[in-house]
Amino acid sequence: MSKEYWRWPEYRRTVPGKDWTKAGVITAGVDIGSVSSKVAIMTDGELYAYSIMRTGSSSPDSAQKAMNWALEGTGMKLDNIRYVVGTGYGRVNVPFANRAITEIACHARGANYMWGPSVRTVLDMGGQDCKAIHCDDKGKVTAFLMNDKCAAGTGRGMEVFADLLSVPIQDVGSMSLSVEKEPEPVSSTCVVFAKSEAVGLLRKGWPREMVLAAFCSAMAHRISELLEKVKVEKDFVITGGIAKNIGVVSRLENIIGIKALPRKEEFDPMIAGSIGAALFAKALYEKEAKPA
Amino acid sequence: MIVHYGYRDGSGEYFISVDTDKCNSCGKCVEVCPQHVLEMITMLIDLEDKLVAAVTEEHRKKIKYSCAPCKPEKKPPCVIACQQEALVHTWKPVKP
Repeated sequence: MSKEYWRWPEYRRTVPGKDWTKAGVITAGVDIGSVSSKVAIMTDGELYAYSIMRTGSSSPDSAQKAMNWALEGTGMKLDNIRYVVGTGYGRVNVPFANRAITEIACHARGANYMWGPSVRTVLDMGGQDCKAIHCDDKGKVTAFLMNDKCAAGTGRGMEVFADLLSVPIQDVGSMSLSVEKEPEPVSSTCVVFAKSEAVGLLRKGWPREMVLAAFCSAMAHRISELLEKVKVEKDFVITGGIAKNIGVVSRLENIIGIKALPRKEEFDPMIAGSIGAALFAKALYEKEAKPA
Repeated sequence: MIVHYGYRDGSGEYFISVDTDKCNSCGKCVEVCPQHVLEMITMLIDLEDKLVAAVTEEHRKKIKYSCAPCKPEKKPPCVIACQQEALVHTWKPVKP
């Protein structure tokens, strides 16, 4: 079997130095995306543990697996979690969720938690769509726009390219920046056509890094078009899997002339939605617990 | 919150934007749309569920075609029906 270059690392993490048994209220957010599933468990509104894994063909199974993995080794059980909010593409298929909320609200809330109240624009570059969100200092959404018309500006498109060029997906960004001269972006906006265009470039003798540069540049240009409708205001942050691709992020920053806040060590940019969902879970739990 | 439904591609820019703060859940826009482009959905706003107008999933990626029968009039029926002025169309086809 050939190597799976598209495969990105799945992992789980427990925040060190925390004792969940002393927590007042434990909540969780389950973000079932089209490509990846994320679970964040929070104790009293602070991140305790999370997991990131690939979404399988069944959303309920993916939700269950990601939750089990997030709980793994903590001694915590699903029963200890007071309130679970499902979000993302598969949000209505989370069997153990108390309710579902659209990912837009969750991403803004999560970004507000991760980077602080100065965040005004969140760009989420997900597996199969791309969202531009404006929010206020509380992480409340003021405007948003979603592009789910095609996969060219998304994680899935990047996976296709990593595979085509036999480059591990984590290396695509840095490799694309190793070119001496920036090539023209590939002209096709459709990932299927972009793929055949890339094959043509390889045949012409283009080195892999040049082809990757042309593709990352095309993706950055496409996303910048989306941002023309919802203007970028500072502070600007990027979430989702593509946030880890320096080749797309740096080119996008150059086009729009605004730098995104750097990634936070302690948070994976992919878990913004699940963190937001877990924070909504806490707020909803407290609201429902209050006598009317 | 302003929700922009639609897209921008090589052929132009096509959006229906809904201001969920202005929307009063009356549903008149849904009734008057001859193409059934709009629907009422429940959104969580300030931890309360609110019924607001939205473009259906089915039409989001093709509103250039779905809304075409109501063009070129400046004010399509949905916009006229909305007394709250919560609906805005953006219609900028690229001139050939």
